[in-house]
Amino acid sequence: MEHRADEPRIGVYVCHCGSNIAGKVRVAAVAEAAALLPGVVVSRDSKYMCSDPGQEMIQQDIREHALNRIVVASCSPLLHEETFRKATERGGLNPYFFQMVNLREHDSWVHEDADAATEKAVDLVRAAVRRVRFHRALEKTEVPVHPDVLVVGGGIAGIHAALTLADAGKRVYLVEREPTIGGHMARFDKTFPTLDCAACILTPKMSSVKAHPNITLWTYSDVTSVSGYVGNFKVVVRRRPRYVREDLCVGCLECIDACVYKEGRVPDEFNAGLGKRKPIYIPFPQATPQVVVVDPASCIRVKTGKCKSTCVEACDRDAIVFDQKEEIREIEVGAIVVATGFETFDAARIPQYGLGVYDDVYTSLQVERMVNSSGPTLGEVRLKNGSTPRSIGIIHCVGSRDQKTNRWCSRVCCMYSLKLAHLLKEHTGAQVYNFYIDIRAAGKGYEEFFDRLREEGVNFIRGRVAEITDWTMTPEEEGRLVIRVEDTLAGFVRRIPVDMVVLAVGLEPAHDAQEVRRVLNIGCSNEGFFMERHPKLAPVETFTEGIFLAGCCQGPKDIPDTVAQAGAAAAAALALVDAGRVELEPNTACVVDEACSGCKTCVALCPYTAISHDRERGKAAVNGALCKGCGTCVAACPSGAIRQNLFEDDQIFGEIEGVLVHA
Amino acid sequence: MPEKPKIAFYWCASCGGCEESAVDLAEGILGLLDAVEFVLWPVAMDFKKKDVESLADGSITATFLNGAIRTSEHEEMARLLRRKSRILIAYGSCAHQGGIPGLANQFSREEILRGVYDDSPSTNNAEGVRPRSDHREGGFRVTLPDLHNVVRSLDQLVPVDYSLPGCPPTPKLLGEAVRALLAGTLPPRGSVLAPDVALCESCPRKDSKPTDLSYQEFRRPHRVALDPATCFLAQGIVCMGPATRGGCEAPCIGGNMPCTGCFGPTSRARDQGAKALSAIASSVEPTDDAAIDRVLDGIPDPIGTFYRYGLARSILRRKAGLPVDPREAR
Repeated sequence: MEHRADEPRIGVYVCHCGSNIAGKVRVAAVAEAAALLPGVVVSRDSKYMCSDPGQEMIQQDIREHALNRIVVASCSPLLHEETFRKATERGGLNPYFFQMVNLREHDSWVHEDADAATEKAVDLVRAAVRRVRFHRALEKTEVPVHPDVLVVGGGIAGIHAALTLADAGKRVYLVEREPTIGGHMARFDKTFPTLDCAACILTPKMSSVKAHPNITLWTYSDVTSVSGYVGNFKVVVRRRPRYVREDLCVGCLECIDACVYKEGRVPDEFNAGLGKRKPIYIPFPQATPQVVVVDPASCIRVKTGKCKSTCVEACDRDAIVFDQKEEIREIEVGAIVVATGFETFDAARIPQYGLGVYDDVYTSLQVERMVNSSGPTLGEVRLKNGSTPRSIGIIHCVGSRDQKTNRWCSRVCCMYSLKLAHLLKEHTGAQVYNFYIDIRAAGKGYEEFFDRLREEGVNFIRGRVAEITDWTMTPEEEGRLVIRVEDTLAGFVRRIPVDMVVLAVGLEPAHDAQEVRRVLNIGCSNEGFFMERHPKLAPVETFTEGIFLAGCCQGPKDIPDTVAQAGAAAAAALALVDAGRVELEPNTACVVDEACSGCKTCVALCPYTAISHDRERGKAAVNGALCKGCGTCVAACPSGAIRQNLFEDDQIFGEIEGVLVHA
Repeated sequence: MPEKPKIAFYWCASCGGCEESAVDLAEGILGLLDAVEFVLWPVAMDFKKKDVESLADGSITATFLNGAIRTSEHEEMARLLRRKSRILIAYGSCAHQGGIPGLANQFSREEILRGVYDDSPSTNNAEGVRPRSDHREGGFRVTLPDLHNVVRSLDQLVPVDYSLPGCPPTPKLLGEAVRALLAGTLPPRGSVLAPDVALCESCPRKDSKPTDLSYQEFRRPHRVALDPATCFLAQGIVCMGPATRGGCEAPCIGGNMPCTGCFGPTSRARDQGAKALSAIASSVEPTDDAAIDRVLDGIPDPIGTFYRYGLARSILRRKAGLPVDPREAR
């Protein structure tokens, strides 16, 4: 049978998605209603359109009924648009003669009333049918991929991703904002549940990073801008001056001894403020690179220019250079792994827990440093008055699972609290109380570790702590901190006097996560963690192609999960750069040259700097490779001179009319 | 000698400026009078409606109709002229897009009548007299046209063959249109007889427009001393040039006033006001609500600014919730 090429012959397929859609929407009725719409030749419903038989049905119908447009009403385009475009293509059509309707997320999952949901489904299908007739054939383009990879953040996630990529033969730039790599893990004493020493398993990997011929390590550096697109990112890195030449310093540390300050003056960040450091310092003995750093905020020489500069004299390699300036490096990479980590919750936000008010209230991170043999107390657990605590309370869920602060579970606090309980008991012999809401010990060997702690005689009290107070009621409480808590298992309120309180602080997005997000142009969830492309099926990808996530910047996780995700992110980046070429979606914008007045409205608005203004010709032009199809310029172009593939005016208006016009 | 083409010139809801623009042809008008035969031109010649009615359908070569459609008389005359004419040209902003009268679509018919016959400060109408379409007194019957609920552009009433934009159209465009008409070289039906690129392209201040405007505030032209050579938008003055079809030769810009949009949108833009608003709002610098409000406070009348000539034919068309006669709803 011959058909005019321009006459739409539309096939509509309504998916049950098991009972996901069919449980609320009368799919057969939707298919029947669609069959009556102008241009619809075939209309069917099917249990699972994404299954092989479902896809085969589309292909067969295209051939048998000479269909030239396909509409599938099923789930989200994120999940299966590609599936159905490919089926359309296998049927012999250009894949962009396809339009998807999301009956699941937009309809059956969010509505209660079956009649209304069915009516809405018909409206949405009608919109797609009216839209798809305006679809045009489009072609994907292919661009080469730069083989190098950037890893942002040098915690365990960034380290693992960088090493994985470098071992596979790829050149890696690892950029870390702190003077050393290692991240939070370098500050932990032992790791749960195996109690192996964090430094023992981490520092060899740090050294490997430094020594690896394929890794360029830039510490004390920030990524200031990222432009370009998948496979071809241009990245600007700012290397802050550390006033020490990395190529000359060997880490002998004699400059630190020679500093005019005889004792440390500045709270030591690495030790969570427990100790003091000098203005010239190395964060910790195994810091990588093994290069000292000068803190410009506290160094007299940097601040005033007037200092005896005894450090300079002490360095026989002339590595200390106070006229060092920041350096701007521009690199090109094909893929980016983001591993910018987390921050711990600031427990001072919960004033009734007394951090900063009472001497012996500590955060979990401070206790990690306190029990560490190279920490500020060399592993001695002492109260402020110098004595050894006889009883210790560990409070779980500080800044986690809390309507007033952060609602999410930070996933690691239960287990590290158990670990700290074990270590504190081991170091002091004290009675240890854990105040918990639930013990979340879901991991290999975790529940067993919990069992072990109970056998060790650690006390567990179920209840969220109301307050920590020095207001005492009995002689026994005198001079101690009292933890007030409703014991929800025993069913009454208890007062438990302790010498020391440990606040198991939760995990939060880094304070500048929003800035990082903007620089990288990736998305964030409501709580501020970076958003993965799909929670199950694309957990390391982002909505920006070529940018991958690893570790806690995506959400709280423990070390095993972090390393697993870092490996996955490295593999995803490797798959991209190793292929050497990447296909670009054709949903890009383009300027209709003869219609452009050269008003330049669009140029500054493009978030991807894809638009340039040709002064000579007085016209704007979109670089199709840089364009992500966000549509900003299309909406803003005051004379309608910018068009966007798949979002043409007639397509969008067709869709709107389809929703509004009841047939 | 072959018969001269018959031409009609008619006005509906119009200020008379479009009629003036024909006179602006200056000595060119004499050539025109030689070349054509006028069958209707109320402002200049004495013809009656019955003269037009007596013509055969399709016997007028071209009618230039200016003004918007807002009364029963406008509708009747427009339908009559459509029937009698082979080519109907919407002449000027009001016929093309509804024009200034189209701003009445922000109000109901009742609000307008109350404003004009009761509330305006200069009105003294103690008896509350209102115009009526049919009035009898002393054995006489007096009729007046009905005021419609909605102001329409000509093409919202009858099919239009060409539009000549402008408030008023320039003598150059009118001259070109008449020459093309006489020579039979008019473009495809439906065309707007002006270039299809926004005014910025031909603006004498084009080079002074920066790439990044980042509006911190908007100012009103009567309150500031305007630089005579710099892009108005760069001076914080709303200029409709980027969203408006060019071809006017920028007389307003030459007079140191911003474009107000009388030539309407280009063929690729469906709603001139929305497009202009979208372009300007995209470049507002502040990002928090209060600061954005402060910037936008500099545009006290957004409809009158962005939809000054185009409200009736825009997607907005009319303030929501006001009555529209079914026969007017198209």
